[in-house]
Amino acid sequence: MTQTIPMTAAAIGGMGHSMKRKEDPRFLQGKGNYVEDVNLPGMLWMDIVRSPYAHAKIVSIDASKALAIPGVLAVITGKDLEAYNLHWMPTLMSDTQMVLPVDKVMYQAQEVAAVIATDRYIAADGAAAVDVEYEELPVVVDPFKALLPDAPVLRTDKPGKTDNHIFHWEVGDAAVTDKAFAEADVVVKQDIYIPRIHVASIETCGCVASFEKTEGKLTVWMTTQAPHAIRTVFALVAGHVGLSEEKIRIISPDIGGGFGGKVPVYPGYVIAVAATVLIGKPVKWIEDRMENLQADSFARDYHTTAELAATKDGKLTALRFKTLADHGYADAAANPSKFPAGLYHICTGSYDLQAAHVEVDGAYTNKPPGGVAYRCSFRVTEAVHTIERMVDIMAHQIGMDPAALRMKNFIEKEQFPYKSVLGWEYDSGDYHAALQKAMDIIGYDDLRREQLEKRARGEYMGIGISSFTEIVGAGPSKDFDILGIKMFDSAEIRVHPTGKAIARFGTKSQGQGHETTYAQIVAQELGIPMAHVQVEEGDTDTAPYGLGTYASRSTPTSGAAAAMAARKIRDKARKIAAYLMEVAEEDLEWEPGKFTVKGNPEAFKTIQEIAFAAYTNHPQGMEAGLEATHYYDPPNLTYPFGSYICVVDIDAGTGQVHVRRFVAVDDCGNIINPMIVDGQIHGGLSMGLAPALYEEISYDEAGNCLGGSFIDYLVPTAVETPNWETDKTITPSPHHPFGAKGVGESATVGAPPAIANAVVDALWHLGVRHIDIPMTPSKVWKVLRDHGVTGS
Amino acid sequence: MSMKTVNFTINGEAKSVQAESRQLLVHCIRETLGLTGTHVGCETSHCGACTIHLDGEPVKSCTMFAVQAEGKSLTTVEGLAIGGTLNPVQEGFWEEHGLQCGFCTPGMMMTATALLRTVNEPTETEIREAISGNLCRCTGYVNIVKAIQYAQRKMHATPAPEAVLQGGD
Ligand code: FES
Ligand code: FES
Repeated sequence: MTQTIPMTAAAIGGMGHSMKRKEDPRFLQGKGNYVEDVNLPGMLWMDIVRSPYAHAKIVSIDASKALAIPGVLAVITGKDLEAYNLHWMPTLMSDTQMVLPVDKVMYQAQEVAAVIATDRYIAADGAAAVDVEYEELPVVVDPFKALLPDAPVLRTDKPGKTDNHIFHWEVGDAAVTDKAFAEADVVVKQDIYIPRIHVASIETCGCVASFEKTEGKLTVWMTTQAPHAIRTVFALVAGHVGLSEEKIRIISPDIGGGFGGKVPVYPGYVIAVAATVLIGKPVKWIEDRMENLQADSFARDYHTTAELAATKDGKLTALRFKTLADHGYADAAANPSKFPAGLYHICTGSYDLQAAHVEVDGAYTNKPPGGVAYRCSFRVTEAVHTIERMVDIMAHQIGMDPAALRMKNFIEKEQFPYKSVLGWEYDSGDYHAALQKAMDIIGYDDLRREQLEKRARGEYMGIGISSFTEIVGAGPSKDFDILGIKMFDSAEIRVHPTGKAIARFGTKSQGQGHETTYAQIVAQELGIPMAHVQVEEGDTDTAPYGLGTYASRSTPTSGAAAAMAARKIRDKARKIAAYLMEVAEEDLEWEPGKFTVKGNPEAFKTIQEIAFAAYTNHPQGMEAGLEATHYYDPPNLTYPFGSYICVVDIDAGTGQVHVRRFVAVDDCGNIINPMIVDGQIHGGLSMGLAPALYEEISYDEAGNCLGGSFIDYLVPTAVETPNWETDKTITPSPHHPFGAKGVGESATVGAPPAIANAVVDALWHLGVRHIDIPMTPSKVWKVLRDHGVTGS
Repeated sequence: MSMKTVNFTINGEAKSVQAESRQLLVHCIRETLGLTGTHVGCETSHCGACTIHLDGEPVKSCTMFAVQAEGKSLTTVEGLAIGGTLNPVQEGFWEEHGLQCGFCTPGMMMTATALLRTVNEPTETEIREAISGNLCRCTGYVNIVKAIQYAQRKMHATPAPEAVLQGGD
């Protein structure tokens, strides 16, 4: 399959053009349509009563004061839902989670009751007036303690459950790995914690649920990245109370950032649906920021003991990771069903390792469900952070330059497609080229010299590298499903008689710019100007079924589907063109926008002429119209990669880490819109900087959330964010229809270890071996103090 | 709750609205007046998604009551484009890909428009500081800074320099 994409004219605006975004005019003029902008006649508001305790028995709920407030129509509790068997719901990982509790709460800020009122302020008044009596229970916040024999068992709802262990999962050959470790010249070992963080999209979660009693139709406008899957989940969860899939319409309008946080079904959505069905009026529920930060959308929380083995001259030989995953009180992670630890076993990274063994255990704690996502494909960030930290530790340990150690151990370009020891088949890559390019751009050797001079003067400057391999685009349906639904995705294209087109997809943009990039794919494949291709997604009544947008899967799946559907249309167009010009199909040549008779450039039919003929003058016996649908099941995942280099200066007096420069060389294969890819990388880098230096959701012993507002949860502003320097190499995916790979999350995955490595690189000579992220000033300052630096 | 009549102009139009005394200005704008371009990302003054102009000054409309707008002149994102023509800041955001999900964008542009009205040639540092009360989760800010620089050049008709951004901090 050829992977060089011919450049179309700018007027067509196919792949490779930095077309301005088609969605922008409405956003720029305040005409976006986000969930909170949806207002329906007679709409009611919902507010949620939440638990102040992390673990407590509910003794009683007294709603009488709330119900006495004029305008409060109902207070819904777990008991009300229990009557319909809707108080628990399944999670994506075959666990269960409460919609509303009947007897006890499991985390601080858990939903306890919902107040329905005529107005948002009255709903809030009502929520404040609901009296809940609790009896505190012992709290488990530490997943290690959760697994001790004397730990209180949290999931007493599960008959026969005698501990807080959720799952054990392992991959790789333990015996071969043990042998490689036993024979190794050098072994490094490090405990690495990747804390719980939150996507904190600027739009919180919410919905407007509207049940039309006469037709029995439920419409839900909701902040979801996966509207079709949600429809099916609703049908499965509430089928027994009469909600039938053809009567459910999920509309995901403009979404104000998702990053994985808008994949799961949160209790608030389900309660709002229950409320509209019970009351018969539309119900709006919009989380406030503190609810958002305290109750849903958490990621990471991986405690790993990592070991890496090498020969004394720096050839990596084996890897062993043992991880404890804190999933909160329910395993509601958003992973493909067969993978309780997601794609964590991509953790051999960019390196040609011949032995590896990985174990992950999941534990319940008194925290909200974790493991959702933070702009990352199913635990890839945890894998990349750990291997990239370990490679750096090994380099320092044996006195080798971290760049040289990486170069020595990279999978060679010639080894692709490369079968990793943990079972992945990497599609394509050229890791040496990407790292070399990053080193050239940043001036690596000069920086190392500068670092030596600074060190001699007692200044702390560090250089950190991360050479990551991502794994995105789930996925081949033989391996990947969510609740049994295969992870294909879809495109449907209809070309109108005048040669304009509408294209609909099973995915859902949350800022990625699908209305532009998908139009460019269609433009590339059909030669119809992208300006004339209307892209729609997010309405389950009109769009073809798909699994949605997360894990950088839109371009690898729906983007591929767009190309395949367009190619079906082109095949038909060729037949029509041959008929119109009275030549054989084989005598026609395609270039974007027209079929020309070989050897006679004057004789051609444009796609617009052909489209018109498809409705007005098509061959006898041929179906009218010009449209196609394609459900694309990728043969493999795509493996974007890159090398990042970060330079930091550390203030010895305050522990403040200043990112002086950050060079990112990314490779996502062939590019649809360079401007948008660059923007995705900028955003991803910023969401890599954030957990590296600032963000953490932590809990005190009593289970109080310590990161529950924007006062405590530090989303970087323009002031903390450096000027990202981006560049690229292009190694097309050999199996994708136009050689593209996903890109939206690469930088979030790749950036944190580059920053962390830079900080440790600055301090290694003091004896510092590792610092867990986030590397906040106070944490770094303490490390400096513990190593005898008092600084000024 | 007692209702109050509040009079103000918004995007050049005189309005008289009924507002509960505790109603936040942003809810009055979004729900009473139906101008949903002004967004809410926190209600605690941190994110800036709700930024509007009050007598020309950028303010966070989530931490003001509607009644405090009495007699004032308000501008929201809907008032930036004149006769359907984007203002230089809006144009800059489009040209430089200064927005992705678009949720922070109205507030961000209101802050930027106010900055360029008061400072002729802001440095990159001044731009970054000016927008530091507006959070964006999608763009990484680089293109937002470029968008504001674009608008600045357009407003003052200065030619594009070989711009190299320095980054924050
Ligand atoms: S909503 Fe006003 S600052 Fe966030
Ligand atoms: S564009 Fe999404 S928050 Fe700024």
